[in-house]
Amino acid sequence: MAKSALLKSSLAKKYWMALTGLFLCLFLAGHLAGNLQLIFSDALHFNQYALFMTTNPAVKLLSYLTYISILFHAIDGIMLTFQNRAARPIAYAKNNAAANSPWASRNMAVLGTIILVFIVTHMVNFWAKMHFDENFPLQTISIENQGQKQDFYLTTDAGYIPVNQVETGGLEIKNRTEFYDTAAKVKVKEGYKDLHKITVAFFQDAKTGLIATLLYVLAMAVLAFHLWHGFASAFQTMGVNNPTYSPIIKGFGKGFALIVPLLFAIIPIYIHFFLKA
Amino acid sequence: MSLDSKIPQGPIADKWTNYKNHINLVNPANKRNLDIIVVGTGLAGGSAAATLAELGYNVKAFCFQDSPRRAHSIAAQGGINAAKNYKGDGDSVYRLFYDTVKGGDYRAREANVHRLAEVSSNIIDQCVAQGVPLAREYGGLLDNRSFGGTLVSRTFYAQGQTGQQLLLGAYSAMNRQIGRGKVKMYNRHEMLDLVIVDGKARGIIARNLVTGEIERHSAHAVVIGSGGYGNVFFLSTNAMGSNATAAWKIHKKGAFFANPCYTQIHPTCIPVSGDHQSKLTLMSESLRNDGRIWVPKSLEDAKAIREGKKKATDLSEAERDYFLERRYPAFGNLVPRDVASRAAKERCDAGFGVNKTGEAVYLDFAAAIKRYGTEAAFVKGLDANDTALVTKLGAEIVKSKYGNLFQMYYKIVDEDPYTTPMMIYPAVHYTMGGTWVDYNLMTTIPGCFSIGESNFSDHGANRLGASALMQGLADGYFVLPYTIGDYLAPDIKMGPISTDLPEFVEAEKGVKDQIEKFINNNGTHSVDYFHKKLGKIMWDKVGMARNAKGLTEAIEEIAALREEFYKDVKVPGTADGFNQELEKATRVADFLELGELFAKDALHRNESCGGHFREEYQTEEGEALRDDENFAYVAAWEYKGKPSDAVLHKEPLIYENIKLVQRSYK
Amino acid sequence: MKLTLKIWRQKNAQDKGAIVDYPIDGIEPDMSFLEMLDVLNEQLINKGDEPVAFDHDCREGICGMCSLFINGEAHGPDRGVTTCQLHMRMFKDGDTIFIEPFRAKAFPVIKDLVVDRSSFDRIQHAGGFISVNTSGNTIDANTIPINKDDADKSFDAAACIGCGACVATCKNSSAMLFVSAKVSQYALLPQGKVEAADRVLNMVHQMDLEGFGNCTNTGACEVECPKGISLENIARMNREYLVASLKG
Repeated sequence: MAKSALLKSSLAKKYWMALTGLFLCLFLAGHLAGNLQLIFSDALHFNQYALFMTTNPAVKLLSYLTYISILFHAIDGIMLTFQNRAARPIAYAKNNAAANSPWASRNMAVLGTIILVFIVTHMVNFWAKMHFDENFPLQTISIENQGQKQDFYLTTDAGYIPVNQVETGGLEIKNRTEFYDTAAKVKVKEGYKDLHKITVAFFQDAKTGLIATLLYVLAMAVLAFHLWHGFASAFQTMGVNNPTYSPIIKGFGKGFALIVPLLFAIIPIYIHFFLKA
Repeated sequence: MSLDSKIPQGPIADKWTNYKNHINLVNPANKRNLDIIVVGTGLAGGSAAATLAELGYNVKAFCFQDSPRRAHSIAAQGGINAAKNYKGDGDSVYRLFYDTVKGGDYRAREANVHRLAEVSSNIIDQCVAQGVPLAREYGGLLDNRSFGGTLVSRTFYAQGQTGQQLLLGAYSAMNRQIGRGKVKMYNRHEMLDLVIVDGKARGIIARNLVTGEIERHSAHAVVIGSGGYGNVFFLSTNAMGSNATAAWKIHKKGAFFANPCYTQIHPTCIPVSGDHQSKLTLMSESLRNDGRIWVPKSLEDAKAIREGKKKATDLSEAERDYFLERRYPAFGNLVPRDVASRAAKERCDAGFGVNKTGEAVYLDFAAAIKRYGTEAAFVKGLDANDTALVTKLGAEIVKSKYGNLFQMYYKIVDEDPYTTPMMIYPAVHYTMGGTWVDYNLMTTIPGCFSIGESNFSDHGANRLGASALMQGLADGYFVLPYTIGDYLAPDIKMGPISTDLPEFVEAEKGVKDQIEKFINNNGTHSVDYFHKKLGKIMWDKVGMARNAKGLTEAIEEIAALREEFYKDVKVPGTADGFNQELEKATRVADFLELGELFAKDALHRNESCGGHFREEYQTEEGEALRDDENFAYVAAWEYKGKPSDAVLHKEPLIYENIKLVQRSYK
Repeated sequence: MKLTLKIWRQKNAQDKGAIVDYPIDGIEPDMSFLEMLDVLNEQLINKGDEPVAFDHDCREGICGMCSLFINGEAHGPDRGVTTCQLHMRMFKDGDTIFIEPFRAKAFPVIKDLVVDRSSFDRIQHAGGFISVNTSGNTIDANTIPINKDDADKSFDAAACIGCGACVATCKNSSAMLFVSAKVSQYALLPQGKVEAADRVLNMVHQMDLEGFGNCTNTGACEVECPKGISLENIARMNREYLVASLKG
């Protein structure tokens, strides 16, 4: 073990890269399943899902793992890239790399950096708002009663609270989602953060919606390239390469690299172009 | 000085065992006080360095390449012989011994060859233990091939690169000792002289080829394993860097040089394509199992082919001369190497050559493709009269047997050997001659040993296929490590040898003077210019067929060329850095002397035997005619200032176990 | 053929070096690439210039000494060949050909196109062997049958000629294909398994010390390798190293 140094050796760095990468692939699959509810489900279910994802302890643990993986994957990747640069101090005057390797494989660091930037903006746009924005809207619903439209907050116990109860001061909202009886100072119900609304608004914004959609699609294209190499590469790094399984892994990896980002990308396109507000 | 071969007494089968039981040994503690220099890191040098270090000696190993793994042993293709009798086909130590002596046309030393056959089995055990991936059968046991000149299957192999795999085995054993600090490796170093102190070899002068520095290295014994001298012909299957400098320097310091005229010309090489040619590529002998060798019957057709007006496939069967089948009906295309080579040369000299230089014959696989194809069609129940189908099926089978060789040919010649016959021509391949050594592998300089191709001892006048690898490893792993102990036993209390001794100073000065002279010569021609000229003289007059007139001319021409070389050679650059032209100059200077001795030896040997063919001495059918009465001896030459003054010493070859007979392949 | 050669010239390890243009004429398609350089050198010598230094020896594709990076590829545009087996018919009349040394921090330039690959040797000193004495008194070679498939795979790995094309080609200058070929050769054989764990740990450790980059599985090495050494070997080494590390 003395010489193996599971943290320091070149191979160990690669193992971590592969393991975190594969874990992030799992995360992508989960995240995608959730996001697809934007198309195939309604706002309530989506918001319920969002609530579950932000509160369930097991999911929380997974989410911390995800953050760590992203950080580790990025930092490890940057370290590897610097080492690799240093391993060839003088570049070739002419290098016909296209003759022997795919473009994506040679540009993982660039692709990864773009993805990292995307993740950060993505988190600022959604995750940070969801977690910290004091003005994050709660989900409401309009119900027409005797020709009169009335807005209600939806609550986690499947109840309704008229919006005007809060507006008139009978109830107040604390800790962003909790409804308190103003007089009794008792928590009565809890609402849903309306992530659905925020998401739809983000991509349908009159000024920036189109750009946001296009940038999102572009980021997914970058992710596709990253996965195109990364998925199978992770297995190679972990030592899985044999004539029987490798074609299956490679085929699956390419399918994953195409389908997952494509489905991700369809969602903002759907929202921007097809979803009625 | 008389030659004492120090062959032990007793029955041949017991000589080596008895000898080992009675020689002096050095105890392990004392081995730590003894230094040994090994020059060359091929199969012989590499295995010797590893074994000596393992025994406890301090070894310094030298190679001119950038790594020991690049020594030219690596290029051997076919295999390595060993008397394992795994096939149960009647092989034995005696048979291997007998085949080797007979294959050498009865010009090898019996006792050495028998010892070689005895240790051959150990080599295979050793290599397998080291992780050499020799070819195996489906049952997991080792596979064998059969090779020319034998009636049994005793050749072990690793696809077409047995040499590389065995060398990597020796190299790995060396690596282990380098890692332990017992072998100090000097890569990119070239030995330029031997240092003799009080009559014993005590060190070398070497040039660091990167920095140009001239270094002194001392030791209690010096082992030369620097390979053969085939590059005296300029064009050969040897590597570009293969050279005779180490062997020649010890010759000039007192080591006799034996049988320089015994050279093996291999019949199946890719022909020279033009004046730019730098080296020749061997195609495995195995191709002659299925290829038929021919030239056009008429001179007009040959001319038309040379001028590109006709193609080989335009000629009908009746217009082709399958000259080996015609001359040697019994053995046909499978006659031994020397016979096949001479026959090809005879046809080309007569004007029937088929490439633009006129020096090539065809090796045609059309008949084999048809034969295999018909058989395959029959087995598969297909129409054996469908020519296209038969050709396709036959080509597949030929591909499975020789695919890699066909591919190699295609890359070099740019012709598809499946549809057009290959062109081949003989090329210099191996040198059986070399420094004279006694039974201990020691030269006539005490403390200076010579192993592998660089000595003369085991192959006589012709080497059998798959025997070179066997000899190199036998010498290095299993013979020298014993015999060198016997020599070193008295030196155990000597302590390290100073490199400040006047002998070192003097030798170093000699080397520096020569280098200085080359650098400041400012001639008009490059080293290659002279090397090519030497090669042409050697090939034309000291090549496959020799005669007294040509040899006499060659001796004069080489001497004149040598003089011109020293006057007119141009070596650019400086001595104090990496300078490949300077390296070549020091090597070619030695070839220019060796070539003359070579011709002188060929001229004195008034007989034909093995690789040495004198046109004056042939049977009525044009076969080699040996003269056992007058020439059953080793010709060992003593250096006396210049090659023409070399003095001949004869070591009689006494055959107690094998009867001398004429070889016939009709 | 008429060509323009753009050759890296560098006097010694300390010199900065630069690409120099050499027009050359009269090149025949039958020439090997190195013979073309021989012609150039002969011309340079006759003009009184210093010839271009380049490594070469066997000129039949097995010693692994030749090492040029030609038009952006290790051993040039052909596949399954070393530079000495590359022929001029792969090029066209009027072509411009870049000729550079194999570049890596672990392969410092000695002169012109000659580089120092002793880092490869040192990796093998660290563990590229089976610790068996060369006494010849080992067990009989046929005592342990070896599965033919394993023996063949071991041979395929052992076919590596140590030329360094993998390092030169790899965008990271990684030596993984080379080291894994050596590790695999022994790991696949029963006699090599005894010290397999130490071997892989020691060889990788030395590889890291030499300053090679890290493998990112681009696969370029396998494509440019003149002996077709498979990426399977790298996976095998990854596996061996992981297991050896976990064993502690």
